[in-house]
Amino acid sequence: MTQQNEWTHVGSKADLVPGAGIGARVGDRQVAIFHIPELEQSLFAVDNYCPISGVNIIARGIVGDIQGEPVVATPLYKKHFSLLDGRCLEDDSHRLRTYAVHLDGDQLQLAPQDQGQGAAA
Amino acid sequence: MRQQNLIVIGNGMVGHHFLEQLAESGQADGFHVTVLGEERHIAYDRVHLSEYFQGKSADDLAFSTADQYAQWGFELRLNTAATAIDREAHTITLDSGETLPYDKLVLATGSYPFVPPIEGNDREDCLVYRTLDDLDAIREAASRSNTGVVVGGGLLGLEAANALRELDLDTAVVEFAPRLMPVQVDEEGGGILREKIEELGVQVLTGRVTQRIEAGTNARHQMVFQDDRLLETDLVVFSAGIRPRDELARDAGLTMGERGGVVIDDHCRTSDPDVLAIGEVALWNDSIFGLVGPGYQMAKAALDTLTGGDRAFTGADMSTKLKLMGVDVGAIGDAHGNQNPGARFYRYTNGIAQEYRKLVVSADGKQLLGAMLVGDNSYYDTLLQYALNGLELPDNPESLILPASEGGAPALGVDALPETAGICSCHNVTKGDIVQYVHDGYTSVGDVKAATKAGTGCGGCAGQLKEIVDHEMAALGMEVDNSVCEHFQYTRQELEHIIRVEGIHDFHTLLKNHGHGLGCDICKPAVASILASTWNEYVLNPEHVGLQDTNDTFLANMQKDGTFSVVPRVAGGEITPDKLITLGEVAKEFELYTKITGGQRVDLFGAKLNDLPSIWQRLVDAGFETGHAYGKALRTVKSCVGSTWCRYGVQDSVQLAIDLEHRYKGIRAPHKIKFGVSGCTRECAEAQSKDFGVIATENGWNLYVAGNGGMRPRHADLFAQDLDTDSLIRFVDRFMMLYIRTADRLQRTARWLENLEGGLDYVYDVVVNDSLGIAEDLDNQMARLIENYQCEWKTTLEDPEKLKRFRQMINDDGDDPYVVTVEEREQPRPATAEEKLERIPAVSV
Ligand code: SRM
Ligand SMILES: Cc1cc2nc3c(=O)[nH]c(=O)nc-3n(C[C@H](O)[C@H](O)[C@H](O)COP(=O)(O)OP(=O)(O)OC[C@H]3O[C@@H](n4cnc5c(N)ncnc54)[C@H](O)[C@@H]3O)c2cc1C
Ligand code: SF4
Ligand code: FES
Repeated sequence: MTQQNEWTHVGSKADLVPGAGIGARVGDRQVAIFHIPELEQSLFAVDNYCPISGVNIIARGIVGDIQGEPVVATPLYKKHFSLLDGRCLEDDSHRLRTYAVHLDGDQLQLAPQDQGQGAAA
Repeated sequence: MRQQNLIVIGNGMVGHHFLEQLAESGQADGFHVTVLGEERHIAYDRVHLSEYFQGKSADDLAFSTADQYAQWGFELRLNTAATAIDREAHTITLDSGETLPYDKLVLATGSYPFVPPIEGNDREDCLVYRTLDDLDAIREAASRSNTGVVVGGGLLGLEAANALRELDLDTAVVEFAPRLMPVQVDEEGGGILREKIEELGVQVLTGRVTQRIEAGTNARHQMVFQDDRLLETDLVVFSAGIRPRDELARDAGLTMGERGGVVIDDHCRTSDPDVLAIGEVALWNDSIFGLVGPGYQMAKAALDTLTGGDRAFTGADMSTKLKLMGVDVGAIGDAHGNQNPGARFYRYTNGIAQEYRKLVVSADGKQLLGAMLVGDNSYYDTLLQYALNGLELPDNPESLILPASEGGAPALGVDALPETAGICSCHNVTKGDIVQYVHDGYTSVGDVKAATKAGTGCGGCAGQLKEIVDHEMAALGMEVDNSVCEHFQYTRQELEHIIRVEGIHDFHTLLKNHGHGLGCDICKPAVASILASTWNEYVLNPEHVGLQDTNDTFLANMQKDGTFSVVPRVAGGEITPDKLITLGEVAKEFELYTKITGGQRVDLFGAKLNDLPSIWQRLVDAGFETGHAYGKALRTVKSCVGSTWCRYGVQDSVQLAIDLEHRYKGIRAPHKIKFGVSGCTRECAEAQSKDFGVIATENGWNLYVAGNGGMRPRHADLFAQDLDTDSLIRFVDRFMMLYIRTADRLQRTARWLENLEGGLDYVYDVVVNDSLGIAEDLDNQMARLIENYQCEWKTTLEDPEKLKRFRQMINDDGDDPYVVTVEEREQPRPATAEEKLERIPAVSV
């Protein structure tokens, strides 16, 4: 597997909240990072911007699964977005961008999804 | 070939159906068709006439358009009545004086509402219920009225009564017979029907003969009954049966029935073969058919008579299935059992669920001759099949009317709602719509949601939506899945048991041992609420944090723009000037929009996530506590000023309100809980609209329970009278604890009590008489919850780790640049999407 991501350092392991999300800035974008310790692939990152409400709040949503697919529920209108590919389960006209995310030692790093293997690969 | 002149008199439901059939038959060319309609509207759906009051327009109800008639080649003359038939000359005369020649004539003049010949029946605002114009008149009169009476308690009378009720009139029904709907139901069924209708707030007076109507004292009229009793009303609607509009036929010397109606044969021919009659004006085999189905069959038979086809009218099944004010009524075949000597009966009465069912079977017990249903029509279709097809009955016919599942009667809550009750106001979905989708095979809340959009707006109707779907599915005999969600095969109450019995303190353990998957936004907050009301641990402990809805996570209510509102507790609505000043200062410093809430406190809106801790630090320092506006928990105890200041107050309602608020603050429940305490019977604190309402009396306090404002208001029920403060508190403790333990998620006390088997009496027994022997247990659990109270904001401010959560971005301390406000009425408000476009720097998205 080629590792050609341009990783951006956004924080540290201690910033993660198990079972919940946090927000981080990458350039002029906000990204929501979720930590689901129950899963082998336990980190997920998607846009923090909710296209339904037009507000940066995805990180504040409750995470869980719908029929096995990890999802986040948008806090304002309770729609579900897949953490694997960012699509909205109730309305396929909405999709969140996904990002690659990993821990490099203690460092929490993000990279645009389209440049490397996905968080969900 | 010369076209025959065909005139159709009457452009109602059946006349229209006849014309539509004619047009579709391809044989219309043989006729020059003229249609006369006395009403100014083209034929419309009279069966759904009442929907005109629910927002349908005349156009919505119309079956067709003038253009369509023109296309068919039919000459339509509305606002035109026929006044005479000259059979010899083969002409008819119109109200304009004009005469028209005919070769064939079809009478489809329908019927008119019978107005009993009582003195005063022609007074102003004494109306009938048959046409769109009638409804316009009723609407206009209703706008000037407070009360309305319907004379006639049959099918149409009840429909009219419902309309008056929906026009916000205090409504009464006066029926001459000893029961409602005497044609469809017997005494027992009528009794249940009556109970149900009275529960909807309609007064029912049976066995009353109106003597006269005269000027009233407080209302426009008063009705005087034969026993000299009086009923005052502003508006009267007569609905005392229908009479065929047979005057043209009678004058023309056609054969008539003894009690009216134009006699027809199986081919819809009157005694003059060139004149046919169809619909409610026609009398076949000595019967008038007051339903549209048989009329449509006549229309088809008449068409064949004119065009050489062979369909005949040979009678029609008069079985009916109705929903009147949300009450199911069904009558099949010989429902009374008085047309079949030797018939035998089965009856099922459920006085609690208010259901009544009756089977009429043949002497040998093998055939179903008739059936009567009140309260639940889900049995109708099967029974109709048996009756219509002469199927042999099973060995134990009673099974056909016994409740499908012994597992408890269906919920009464949503059952009592009329079909027309709006459930989802965001998407304008009625209970009837939801029921329809369930009947159409959408058998999960998700499916119905997707199909109707109900519940996808503000989400406030979700609880009711689920109740209706479940209820309808149960009524249809389908299995209802009451699991909280796909991750737990348990109800909230079952989860509560598991958690308490096994002493489980965190979601993870519960999921591992009793569920599967990761959980979701349904089960996590539900379990968080149970854990909180069982152990009352700090909600932001690491193991709980991911379970909380956003509002609980950040201890504030998120607003549409992602900012938060801040609502400090103002117990009982009492606040010192200094505290008010602090609120003002904080609002100014953090640029917050300030509003007095409906709950007697102050809400500060527009707080940014990263400002929440500083705002609360200021408030806690000034002595404020969290108001739990974000939690499914006690909200406010509204009070009135009471005996301290008010000249009428008989107890210190403010003191009690403050005490209650401090006692129950912070306790997590299936839904929010509100109290009101009024200092006297004038009830300025609106206590009867709260989950717990307390009203002061000379001797103590009256306790009311399970009231609700909001979407489906419910007046609280009186629970106990003249209580001293200790008893009051003991009863509230137990009642609340029982509710917390057994209610469904997001179920307010009102809905809980409505759906609870045994209802108020049962709860009273548990709470006051300790009938289950759990009172001590309830008392102890409540004591523990009260003991473990903490101001979540205070705890949070003391813990730097927790405060880390209050950051919009972990790597940027700045505000979210997308949050933009503009000023309105001297305060900030969220910018609209357009306003934002102008103000936010372009972003590469
Ligand atoms: C602020 C306030 C309106 C105001 O400007 O006055 C308000 C605001 C909200 N109400 Fe309310 N309600 C407010 C008084 C009421 C009242 C009046 C009262 O309490 O006397 C009612 C009717 C009484 C009742 O509850 O029975 C009321 C019935 C509702 C309902 C319907 C509940 C129901 O059972 O039908 C909802 C929706 C829900 O809870 O599911 C709701 C929900 C909401 C939410 C939480 C909607 C939301 O999710 O964003 C609003 C957010 C509040 C916030 O951000 O702080 N609000 N709401 C009032 C806050 C009172 C307080 O100090 O805590
Ligand atoms: C509120 C309400 C609810 C109902 N609910 C149901 C139901 O649930 N199920 C059901 O099966 N039935 C129901 N009915 C009954 C149903 O509407 C009638 O059975 C049906 O309308 C009969 O059709 P018709 O064409 O015979 O009469 P109508 O529909 O009454 O049409 C007759 C028309 O002829 C016109 N007319 C009369 N005399 C003349 C004249 N001399 N010249 C020109 N025009 C004339 C009248 O103005 C009228 O427009 C309901 C009726 C009402 C009022
Ligand atoms: S404050 Fe209450 S009534 Fe007003 S918009 Fe919000 S939920 Fe609706
Ligand atoms: S009332 Fe149904 S979603 Fe708002």
